[in-house]
Formats: sequence, structure tokens, C-alpha cells
Amino acid sequence: MKTLVKVLKKPITSTLIAILFGFLVSAIILAFAGYNPFEAFGALFNGIFARPKYISNVIIKATPIILTGLSVAFAFKTGLFNIGAEGQYIAGTIAAVCVGAKLNLAPIIQVPIVVLSGVLAGAIFGIIIGYLKAKFGIHEVITSIMLNWIALYLSNFVLNTTAYHLPDSTSSYPVNESSYTMLLPKWKTSDAGMAALKPTKWLYEVMLKTDINFGILIAIILAIVVWVLLYRSTKGYELRSVGFNRDAAEFAGINVNRNITQAMLIAGALAGLAGALAITGTSPHKLSTMAAFENNGFNGLSVALIAGSSPIGCIFAGLLFGGLLYGGQSVQQDVGAPTEIINIMIGIIVFFVALTKVVPSLADKLEKRGAHRVK
Amino acid sequence: MLNEILLLIGITLMYSTPLVFGALGGVISERSGVINIGIEGMMTVGAFTAAAVSYFTGNPWLGLLAAGAAGGLISLLHAIASVTFKADQTISGIAINLIGPGFALFFCRMLFDKATMTLPGKTLPKLFDEKIFGDSAMKNLNVDITVVLGLIAAIAMWFFLYKTKWGLHVRAVGEHPAAADTLGINVSRTRYLCVIVSGILAGFGGASMTLAIISQFTPTAISGQGFIAMAAVIFGKWTPFGAYGACMLFGFAQALTVVLGGGNFAVPSQILAMLPYVLTIVVLILFVGRSVAPKADGEPYEKGVR
Repeated sequence: MKTLVKVLKKPITSTLIAILFGFLVSAIILAFAGYNPFEAFGALFNGIFARPKYISNVIIKATPIILTGLSVAFAFKTGLFNIGAEGQYIAGTIAAVCVGAKLNLAPIIQVPIVVLSGVLAGAIFGIIIGYLKAKFGIHEVITSIMLNWIALYLSNFVLNTTAYHLPDSTSSYPVNESSYTMLLPKWKTSDAGMAALKPTKWLYEVMLKTDINFGILIAIILAIVVWVLLYRSTKGYELRSVGFNRDAAEFAGINVNRNITQAMLIAGALAGLAGALAITGTSPHKLSTMAAFENNGFNGLSVALIAGSSPIGCIFAGLLFGGLLYGGQSVQQDVGAPTEIINIMIGIIVFFVALTKVVPSLADKLEKRGAHRVK
Repeated sequence: MLNEILLLIGITLMYSTPLVFGALGGVISERSGVINIGIEGMMTVGAFTAAAVSYFTGNPWLGLLAAGAAGGLISLLHAIASVTFKADQTISGIAINLIGPGFALFFCRMLFDKATMTLPGKTLPKLFDEKIFGDSAMKNLNVDITVVLGLIAAIAMWFFLYKTKWGLHVRAVGEHPAAADTLGINVSRTRYLCVIVSGILAGFGGASMTLAIISQFTPTAISGQGFIAMAAVIFGKWTPFGAYGACMLFGFAQALTVVLGGGNFAVPSQILAMLPYVLTIVVLILFVGRSVAPKADGEPYEKGVR
């Protein structure tokens, strides 16, 4: 009994239950729609794990949403709802392309400059949100939503300027090769590189057919950095106390307004980094005309929620999400069921994440009842 | 000139109507103390249901009703999570935003031969068309009937919230559920009803997109309108007319971009397209400022907890 209560009280248990329910309910929906859920899930898992190439693509897909997830999770911890990760991500891509397409230095200088310009752009978008909230009391959700659209149109504007527009296309010039952050991109084109890759089949496939890049390492490092910042630093303590109880924080002498602005700066920088790394790390390395959002930021919301706003949890939630998104394509190809079942499934998982928050309190009741019986 | 002004008004009304319904849905739900971020998802479900029902039955009015029903149905999920399970309302709302469009596209592919769009169906009638005004400038005012329905809904909600006993109950539940409870108001039931009405209105909002502005459902039919509506709720300080005005302002800025975009202006269209969003922020800074949510907005009500 005691161990059961203990297990139930762990946050990871509720999350796993939520994921289980996500699969269960989607299976029921698939069955109702006339598809075999086992075949569909089989196709999904094949689409994720069957080949090294797939696994690599899942990781690539997961990288930006881990980072935007971190951005959202960080903001949540400081009491802010960063629905603007989408716009900050786009700002990151814009800045990375603007700098990376014009500048051409040695990679060792070029890469940091390009990536940091993306980080800076995201941070600026974040600061606007934080500053307007701190100074004028404007709800961060409104500014975020508006800035998302402004970023989208800004991106379309930039790629249509003569300086950046690739003639006869709907996209911008790609960034210079010196900005690439793929793992050893030269190996693909050089004979020596090919010779080195050939013997190991999985490596050959992963290196040659996917844009495996440094992004995931940076995402993992940053998850740890964000955790340290939040839980092992004075600044993090201030940020969290503002998030937990504004008035109490203010009373304790913490400058609430400054902390709000700083929190949004960091959140924006994380999302901007996601955008910059997507440009430097994956093809086509350029801006394309957008008619609607590509959801890298909005997916970050779901990642943060599934992770329960835990920075480390974002890594796993991001991988799960990336896997479902990438593997989901196989469901339609192999079984014929609409890919949207994946969106429904993710939605249901998030829904049950909300519901299973009751599990720990149920465990509490169970514990009390148990104690009562012993008496 | 008159032509342009009337055109501007016509387009303003056209663009703002889906937002008006969505925002009114947000107002009623949040006034009862339940944050509704899921408006976007509910609108998408409404938009699809309306287009599909109108296509299959040939009757757009049935489409409108079905959209309301579908929106209400999906909002029930939100109500169960946030009222019965006392779950985090933000999370549950985001889930609705994923589930709603997921279902809409899932069924769309199943019913329309794997396509993500429905086939064009019959749309709702328009008012003030050429039959009435002939070829005069007034025909630019040719608005959809949903525009009028939206205005009626706003007035009805204002009357309900501020002039009736039940409206007072709703507001009490949103401000201080414990006090409302002691007076014998059923907090859970009130919140359930408000969330469902919110879903029905959002469904209408989606329908007024696919039954009036465009005649079919596409994956981008509802792309962000729900979020703009949510912003309008906050912008309008959680009041029906405030939200209505915010939607009008937004629609006006959209109309401005359309009208200006048609002329010979040196401003690139993408910059012009930012106008509604920039304008919203500027207006907020200059005129609106701090907005205060209903006191118990977003807080589950636990009996006996102080």
C-alpha cells in the first residue's frame, strides 16, 4: 500500500498514465473509424524505430520543440504564459538568415555569430512582452499572440526584400555553408569521408540521409542549465517566487517588474535559439513563405505541459512529441488512417495530463484511508 | 470616397464576426471563472461541422446549428476537466486546441476522400445586397447575416450578464465562488453551462467563417482567430461590449490593410499585414492598460477551502 501511494505521488506516474490513456483513446477512435489500431500503432513504431535514419529524423524533429518547450516551461515557472514562443522562434530564424546569408567567416566564428543573432532576436521579442507587462500591465498573452503574427509577416517581408529573395522562388537565400551546424557536413561530399562512413551501415545512413546536427546536444545542455538556473541559483529563486506569489515576492524585496522582464528575455532567447539552430542545422537553411504557423513554438507548449514544466522532462517530452509527429506520417502511408490521429492523440495526452493532476491528491486520500484503517 | 468608406465598414464587419462569436464565448466562460484557451479548437470544429453539414444537407442553417452543437460537445471536455476534475484550465484548453483541429481534419479526410478541405457548400444569406440598393454605393455594405447575429448575441449577453438574476449568479461564481455557494448557487452547474455556451458560441464563430466568408472548410480556415478572440476578451476587459469593440477594432485594421493594399501605396503588403497586430498593441499601451480578470478566473472551486 505504502509503495503504491509513493509511486502514485511521483509526477512521472501521472504523466505515464496520461500517455497510456492517449494511446488507449486514440485506439478506440481508430477502431470506430474502421482502422485496426494495432496496425496503426505498429506503423507508428516502425516509422520511429525501424531504421537508423528514422531515429535520426525524430531527434532532428525533436530538437527545436525541446528548446521551445524549455522556453515555455521556464516562463511557466516564473508565472508567465509564453504563448509567444512561436513568434520568438520565427524571430530567431529571421535573424539567423539575415546574418548567416550575408556574413561568411570561418565556421568557428561564423556559427556562434549566426546562432547568437537568432538568440538575440528571440530575446528582443521576449523582452517586448515582458516589458509591456511590467510597465503597462498588458497581459502577456495578448502581446504574445500579436507578436506571433508580426513575426510571421516580418519573415515573409524579409524573404521578399531584394537583398534576401532568392529569384524565382518563394524563399530567401540560404545561409552560407560556414554557418552549418550539422555533424561533419564535409564527410558527405569528400571521398575520404565517404570511405570512412561506408563500413558502418547505420552511420552511413544517418550521416548521409539526414541532417543530424549539434542542436540536440545544445538542447540537452540548456535543459540542464535552465534547471540549475531555476533551482540552484539566487536568480532562479527570485524568478520562481515571483511566479509563485507576486505579492509575497514583492514584500520580500524582490523587484517583480524587473524579474518579469528578465524571465521573458530568457524565455525568448531559448525560443530564438531553437529557430537559429533549425536554420543552421537542417535543410533548406533558409526562410520560406509562410501562410500559417509551422507550430514549432505552439508544439513547445504541449511539450512543456507533458513535461510538467520540468526542464529535464522537456527533453523526453520533446523526443516523444518528435517521434509521434515524425512516425505519424507512416500511419497514413501504411494503414491509410488520417495522420491527424496523431494530433488527436497528442491532444488527448495533454488533456489527460491536466486530468491526472488529481492522481497525487487521490493518493493522499488513499493514504489517509489506509491510516484510518490501521487505527 | 463614400464607396471606400462603406467598403471599409463592410469588410470590418465581415472580418470581425467570427472573432465576435469567439470572444463572446470567451467572456461567458471566463466570467464564470473558467479560462478558455480552447476557443481556437472549438472554432475549428465548428467551422468544419458547418461546412460539412451544409454541403451534405444543402441547408446552411442546419450547418450553423450543427456547428453550435459540435462546439458545445467539445467544450464539454473542457468543462469536465476544469470543473469536475478541477484540472489546470490552461492545459485542458491547449488540449482542446490540439484535439479540435485534429478531429476536424480527421473527419474531413474520412468524409471527403482523404482531402483536407470540404467541397464548397451553400452559404448563409447576405443582407443589403444589390436587390435592395441596386447599383448604388450602399451595396458595398453587403454584409452576411452572421454580422447581425453577432451583434444580437453581444447585446443578449450584455443583457443576460448585467440585467438578469442568472447573470448576477454567473458573475458571482466568477468573482467569489465560495460566497456564491453559500447563497445557494450551484457553482459547478453554473460553470458547466457557461463553458458549454462558450463552446456553442465558438462553434457559431467557426461557422460564420465557413458559411459566410468562405464557402468551405480548409486547414487554414481558422488560423489564429480563436487566439485573437481570446486576446479580445482580455482587451475588452471581460465585458461583452468591450470584447465586441476589440473585435471591431481588429476587423477594422484588417479591412484597412485590404483597402490600402488595393491602392497604390508604397508599403509592402507584408508590412501592411502587420497593421492589425501592431495597432492592437499600440491601442493597449495608449488607452487600455491594465486589465483585471474576474477574481476566481482559472481557479477550480473546492468546497470548504478558504
